[in-house]
Amino acid sequence: MTARARLAVFLAAAAVIAAFFTAECTDLPPFGTDSHPYGERAVAAALDRRTANVVSSVNFDIRAFDTLGEEPILFGTVLGATLLLRQARDERHRRAEAERVMPTTRLFGALLLPVTLVVGVYIVAHGQLSPGGGFQGGVVLATALHLAYVAADYRALKKLRPLAVLDVADSLAAASYSLIGLAGLIAGGAFLKNVLPLGTFNTITSGGTVPVLNAAVGVEVACGLIALLAHFLDQTIERTDPDQQRYGDT
Amino acid sequence: MGTWVFLAAGWVLLIALYGLVTSRNLIHAIGCLAVAQSSTYLLLLAVGYRREATAPVYSDLTPGTRPVVDPVVQALALTDVVVGATVTALLLALTIQLRKRHHTVDPQALIGLKG
Amino acid sequence: MNQWLIGAAVAFVVLAATTAVLTREPARQAVVLSVLGLGLAVLFAVLQAPDVALSQLAVGTALTPLLILLTVRKVTRRPTRPDDHPATGDDGQDQK
Repeated sequence: MTARARLAVFLAAAAVIAAFFTAECTDLPPFGTDSHPYGERAVAAALDRRTANVVSSVNFDIRAFDTLGEEPILFGTVLGATLLLRQARDERHRRAEAERVMPTTRLFGALLLPVTLVVGVYIVAHGQLSPGGGFQGGVVLATALHLAYVAADYRALKKLRPLAVLDVADSLAAASYSLIGLAGLIAGGAFLKNVLPLGTFNTITSGGTVPVLNAAVGVEVACGLIALLAHFLDQTIERTDPDQQRYGDT
Repeated sequence: MGTWVFLAAGWVLLIALYGLVTSRNLIHAIGCLAVAQSSTYLLLLAVGYRREATAPVYSDLTPGTRPVVDPVVQALALTDVVVGATVTALLLALTIQLRKRHHTVDPQALIGLKG
Repeated sequence: MNQWLIGAAVAFVVLAATTAVLTREPARQAVVLSVLGLGLAVLFAVLQAPDVALSQLAVGTALTPLLILLTVRKVTRRPTRPDDHPATGDDGQDQK
């Protein structure tokens, strides 16, 4: 199909989508409506389970089964990227060289790295209380570690990041989500049922299984993203391809 | 406000699809896909918004004193933001592999199948 | 007041999304995507969704653009073989 024909087909399809979408939008409740039947029921259920952050309660308690479906996507994509970016037969491994960094950058990174890691753990641990949780905290943890690359060099980052350990932790965290679900099945009669004591509202131990599942997801997201970034960084920094060797362009 | 926030989400989706269809570079196409994903977050959160309401977090709010926005759509958008990023990473990894094997990232130059 | 903030944030997001799609060069697009991520995070915060805003801030402004830039670097660093493969798909990109 030529580019022009493809554009024509797309424009026709887009016109149809736009027409129906606009027609449907006028039928939706107006923006900022007061009627949120699902939202109100979710809020009532979350308060009933003594979870202050309703969004975390929806993710890890009321609709925990849905999040169980997101987990394998995360795990599968990390696994797929690991397989795709592994060292091919015709590639050479090249050790990253030590690099010089400006002293101010080094100081900035050295100060910020521990602070950011603590913030990441805080966001994971307080997911049931304040905005945050396993998904957000995991991303913060994963990106925080890469401040080591900014502050020092790739060798320092590699020392901070034992990939084999992270891969095992990733798998264990993914498995533990299902195991917590099975525990609910055994103890409470339903998969992913919130069987732990609910605790006192607005304290760190409240919410029953919500903080536990949050921690599992936090570990999985952090380890998975670090592994992903590691493979991408390996590709750009430490791999040389046959073409590069031939043309001497490294 | 009417419906124009929903229409904005529709526009973002359509312009991203336009970019995908006309793209001559797979990395650019993946960027367009990320834009298309963000249109769904925009639509979901716009549907869940409630006028004069606050965030559905009760750590510093007495239950029942103020209306809150819909937490269900927020939970949907939240997980997808992170999972969507890893899917983007998988597609980029495929692009790197494609470049290694076929020496191009132009989707229109990929015509023949090679074993 | 809040309505105006939402309006401005939505307008910014629409503008940034359109620019991101029309920026054909991946390295430049990554920068625009990062701006779009920031705009979305602000919009989500204004729409009273701090959880999603936090997620979007970390993923949209840092992770996705970083992954795209790493891929661009990997893909464009190597010169295409001049003899048997025409240099397709690299139009306008810097050869590092």
